[in-house]
Amino acid sequence: MNLLSYPFDSGEILQKKRRLKKMLNEKEGLPEKRIAILSGSTIGEIQNLLELFLLDNGIRPVFHQGEYSLFYEELVFDDGSLKAFAPDIIYIHTSSRNIRHWPSPAASAQEAEALLEDEYSRFEKAALAGLRFGCPVILNNFDLPVTRPMGNYEASSPAGKVRFVRRLNEKLAQLADNTPNLYLQDLAYLQAQFGMDSFSDQTAWYAYKYCCAIDKLPDLCCNLAAIIKSCFGLNKKALALDLDNTLWGGIIGDDGPEGIQLGSESPTGMAYSEFQQYIKDLGQMGVLLNVDSKNEPANAKEGFAREDSVLKEEDFLCFKANWEPKSQNLSAMAKEINILPESFVFVDDNPAEREIIRQQLPGVAVPEMTAPEEYARVLDRNRYFEVTTLSADDRNRARMYKENYQRTAAQENFGSYEEYLKSLEMTGGFYPFDMEHAPRITQLINKTNQFNLTTRRYSAAQVEGMIQSPEYITLYGQLADKFGDNGIVSAIIGHREDNNLDIELWIMSCRTFKRQMEFAMFDHLVEACRNSGITTLTGHYSPTPKNLLVQDFYGTIGFEETECDDQGNKSYLYRIPEDFSPMCQVIQSQSNPTKE
Amino acid sequence: MDKNQILDAVQNIFRDNFDDDTLVITPATSAQDIEDWDSLEQINLLTAMEKKFGIKFKLEDVRNLNNVGDILELIARLSA
Repeated sequence: MNLLSYPFDSGEILQKKRRLKKMLNEKEGLPEKRIAILSGSTIGEIQNLLELFLLDNGIRPVFHQGEYSLFYEELVFDDGSLKAFAPDIIYIHTSSRNIRHWPSPAASAQEAEALLEDEYSRFEKAALAGLRFGCPVILNNFDLPVTRPMGNYEASSPAGKVRFVRRLNEKLAQLADNTPNLYLQDLAYLQAQFGMDSFSDQTAWYAYKYCCAIDKLPDLCCNLAAIIKSCFGLNKKALALDLDNTLWGGIIGDDGPEGIQLGSESPTGMAYSEFQQYIKDLGQMGVLLNVDSKNEPANAKEGFAREDSVLKEEDFLCFKANWEPKSQNLSAMAKEINILPESFVFVDDNPAEREIIRQQLPGVAVPEMTAPEEYARVLDRNRYFEVTTLSADDRNRARMYKENYQRTAAQENFGSYEEYLKSLEMTGGFYPFDMEHAPRITQLINKTNQFNLTTRRYSAAQVEGMIQSPEYITLYGQLADKFGDNGIVSAIIGHREDNNLDIELWIMSCRTFKRQMEFAMFDHLVEACRNSGITTLTGHYSPTPKNLLVQDFYGTIGFEETECDDQGNKSYLYRIPEDFSPMCQVIQSQSNPTKE
Repeated sequence: MDKNQILDAVQNIFRDNFDDDTLVITPATSAQDIEDWDSLEQINLLTAMEKKFGIKFKLEDVRNLNNVGDILELIARLSA
């Protein structure tokens, strides 16, 4: 059992943190991330606990700790230490303990308004100062004050402290919504989740200057780690769902579609319906929904054909209802969808099935599902699918994967693979990075793991900085075919060094493997190089556990290996021939970028 | 719970928190004797003791705790 997955025992985590750290530190090959924690209140234990949750999420953190309560000064007037630290994430640990001037009951509406602007602008300034460092900034919103002298009137009066905090939070929400790379940690939600009396512990504040109870620090750090791993593209991507007693009550093979518990007629049925709605919402965020159930396929599908079933058969990408071991089904689905098994969350009410998955596929997340009324909460609190940005591509992802399925089916009717590719009538768009598409490009860079030669990650600010920069040649690729539009699927970043272009980054979405898209990207890169007088290209491969797929990629497109160290890092050289002829014959170029 | 039982339970908490199963404490043990016992860890130790003994320390209680003996006395007083 993973001690760090919900529902966890906070006391146990606090007590056993040294042992946990030793265990988690044994994981190898985790990407290192530099995390600056700025203080509005005590952060000592927050660093220790955040480290555990980040290691558990596959990130090895290196920390910079700000001085006690100096978040504003250190961000706005950096003495050079933050810049020297070069953070990948800045977390500003503020709370309502950092509000300096509260309205008093005697304050007029105008006075309260002036205070509000004053307080807000201090936090806004700190957050915007953080963004100068070119990395994501996470700021807390505010917990409600523990006391309210005027009682309920505090919630409606402009002079009320409760209303003051709510208005501040709304202003911060607007700021985060309009500011790329700024994310809010919802401290107000955490406080509500536990209740003010147990979250906002006065002793912890007065004695140790912690903004919340000591035993809630693990929850705060779990929540914070979720935002951070999401920023670095380490969210889970798919659900493998059992059916009987997971998506409905009862056994559909025995009870029949009319006999299962679902819908508003029984309390249990309602719990299952609401869980289905929760899953459907996840689907709309781009989480891929799949069935992994021991059932006859015809029976299984009858459940979703019920009129009151929130989920329908077409909501699912892979539908594995059979009598194979579920671990085998899950591995097969991972292969078919072309994602890694560890991108899955396995949801099953049966402890024995969960245990088999844990044994057979240790990377898969396996939450403890106990009772239907708790299912959604358990999934929710584990924050597998934390959203930091939601692009149009995310919303359409399930559709795009489905189209891929149709392509696979079409493939079987062709004599040769080349013939099949031609039949797809593919069109591609190939352009240097531009502002409009920068958010999607950044997102793709930070979450692509398989076709990724160097696995370098870039912040939105870095990506935007390359647009129009003479130092860089950048390229992104869009791909469409007769089954649908895949949007932006590939990107290359090349750094100019006189007549050489050093390829710092080359990525492609796994959706478009084996479509010659990589060749088309290369053709356009060569063309851009020739137009700028560049004659050679250098490329690099840095191995990670996830990118073995492309270990020989540069070799296959005619690069020569020039270096190789004992870790498997390789460098390559390519001289652009005078008579370069394009490698891709199956993708037509279009002239204007499409809107995302 | 008598004094020896409290000492045993507190020792188990120390062993857990410092991840050292051989750690032996006496009433005279203080932060000088255990390398990782700093102010942060003191908070964790006290939090674990609150949970173990079902008590809640007051602001005044947690000041001037200089060694294990002070902690044992405090627990004995609050759980009496």
